[in-house]
Amino acid sequence: MSITYLEAIREAQARALGENPNVYIYGQDVGDFGGAFKATKGLAAQFPGRVIDAPISEDAIVGSAIGAAIQGMRPIIEMQFADFSTVGLNQIVNQAATYYWRTNVPCPITIRLPCGGTSGSGPFHSQSLEAVYAHFPGLVVLTPATVEDAYSMLLDAVAIDDPVIFCEHKFLYYHLKAEKLPTGALPVGKARIARAGRDLTLVTYSAMLHESLAAAEELATQGYQVEIVDLRSIKPLDTDTVMASVARTGRLLCVGEAWPWGGVTAEVIARVVSEGFDLLDAPPQRLNAKDTPIPFHPRLWAAHRPTAQSITAAARNVLNY
Amino acid sequence: MQRLVEAVPPAAVTGGPNDPVLRPSALDPSQLRLAYRWVLLARLLDDKTAALYRSGLVPGGAFLSKGQEALSVSLAMQLQPGDIYAPLIRDTAGRLAFGETIQDALRSCIGSPLGPMRGRDGNVHRGRPKDGYLPMISHLGAIPSVVNGALIARRLQGKPMGIGATCIGDGGTSTGAFHEAMNQAAVERLPLVMVVADNQYAYSTHRSRQFACDSLLDRAVGYGVDGHAVDGTDLAACMQVMDRAARRAREGCGPQLIVANLLRLCGHGEHDDASYVDPALKESHVGRDCVKAAADWLIAHGMAAPGELSKMQTDVSAELEKAVDEILRDPAPDPNVEKWTALATAALRENAS
Repeated sequence: MSITYLEAIREAQARALGENPNVYIYGQDVGDFGGAFKATKGLAAQFPGRVIDAPISEDAIVGSAIGAAIQGMRPIIEMQFADFSTVGLNQIVNQAATYYWRTNVPCPITIRLPCGGTSGSGPFHSQSLEAVYAHFPGLVVLTPATVEDAYSMLLDAVAIDDPVIFCEHKFLYYHLKAEKLPTGALPVGKARIARAGRDLTLVTYSAMLHESLAAAEELATQGYQVEIVDLRSIKPLDTDTVMASVARTGRLLCVGEAWPWGGVTAEVIARVVSEGFDLLDAPPQRLNAKDTPIPFHPRLWAAHRPTAQSITAAARNVLNY
Repeated sequence: MQRLVEAVPPAAVTGGPNDPVLRPSALDPSQLRLAYRWVLLARLLDDKTAALYRSGLVPGGAFLSKGQEALSVSLAMQLQPGDIYAPLIRDTAGRLAFGETIQDALRSCIGSPLGPMRGRDGNVHRGRPKDGYLPMISHLGAIPSVVNGALIARRLQGKPMGIGATCIGDGGTSTGAFHEAMNQAAVERLPLVMVVADNQYAYSTHRSRQFACDSLLDRAVGYGVDGHAVDGTDLAACMQVMDRAARRAREGCGPQLIVANLLRLCGHGEHDDASYVDPALKESHVGRDCVKAAADWLIAHGMAAPGELSKMQTDVSAELEKAVDEILRDPAPDPNVEKWTALATAALRENAS
């Protein structure tokens, strides 16, 4: 028996609905249809009246979740694609994110963003927006890279008293599998050493973890031991785990699928350089998608985002400095 | 929650000049006198806010409600404990009638740490969500869907829904968020009472540059909701129309859209001299002062004696002065004791650096 990343997300929602009567799911096509990706398959029948189809109104979807949350509910919002969350951006960043700070009343909402690129999806069904949301105070931003984290961190997200942006990667939905659901997990906000090594710290998250693991395998054949830090949570960012790893390796490469400008990789490097400059034996580097909209054609797309091959090349540059 | 469509009764549009519901005999004199007391207090509170602003005691701007008091109070007086109220920029009167204290209002204007927003936000962005009194954000159209959500929560929790009441201006109806929220309320058939103050100008922009239909009431049909027109300068008319709208919402008739015609009798804020307002509008019916008109109406219909109203003014002024004396002794917020975190979850707070 095995369970996919997508099934883990469905199972986490089923468990949340079953355990807490204040949980409900609201989003486009999430009801009887089960969602565009089937992340809510069967849940409307299992939990009548609590898995609710929304009109194509991202602003009102998030706005209503805020109103429900401050009345004691724990809404899970499914954005059909992360890209469309920008239509609800105002409600997320100006209303949900500021609510607790302004009023002292918590606003516990989980907003699921099916994010990241898949072949042929093009500019408007491929975006990774974690840096946009992490920029605004008052939001928690999670980026699970494994089946186990998709499950446990989604349950964590629903339990957190703050608005959580849950970035689930579409590329991992069907292909990433685990033997079973986890029974325990690291707390939210803690990064994980996904692979131990002594020569280079490679900090990454979400689907880029798997490209990075493949790159580390390749580099191992050349005698390099790469340590991989899976951030898991973008905000809060576990600087301590990153710094401890850099202290061991002296070299840092950050890899992210999102655009480079002002992003997560820039933040990690800024922290390491400002707090751990003396630990570094080489200038830290980063690898991101190209600074253009995300291309449609598979050949262009494959060159647009980091891959195991380009990560291997970037890592070798840092290692050979 | 997901509702089949056959049970929807036809949307009704009411409130013309010959509407038989708008009869003085149908009004409760004690309720009208109470409403008048709130509009009077709101007007005096606005004057006081403006004075504090001119004295330099109000950070940012001062945003007054002049000309919209009658409309505002009429909505809030329909609300009962457990209802949701989400006022907008020009609802001083409604806020007071809903139960906001003068101190809360003034403390928000000066940014006092003792006010509901504790200096973190100010002026009209104030509320107490635990009391069903929701604070607005500046982004117009963003509040109605929050009210929808509060009502949806009650439906899901199996609690009495009450009604949700909120307000917007003619300019705010141009936003996509407003449309999304009205449509959402209609789809979910929520007891939302949406009051549009068509006050002729959105900041400096005339309504003719905001929309092209004859009246915003036309939109009620499009949303599939009840629509009500009202003369926003007429307290008695506002009270009756709101009574009917709130009653229909409570009875399960779905969202109610009320469009009131009036004129903002001040600038957008006290920084704005409103020189763009057409003088002819000020002289027309829509430009009459609703507070003065209410006093005249109460006297003309034998519902209050002139002496009674002047005593009311004396009492209200004294109440206001007492509150001002109190809040002017408040300390300023202290950045050294401010909790510089936006998260409720202590374990997830990154150390500020």
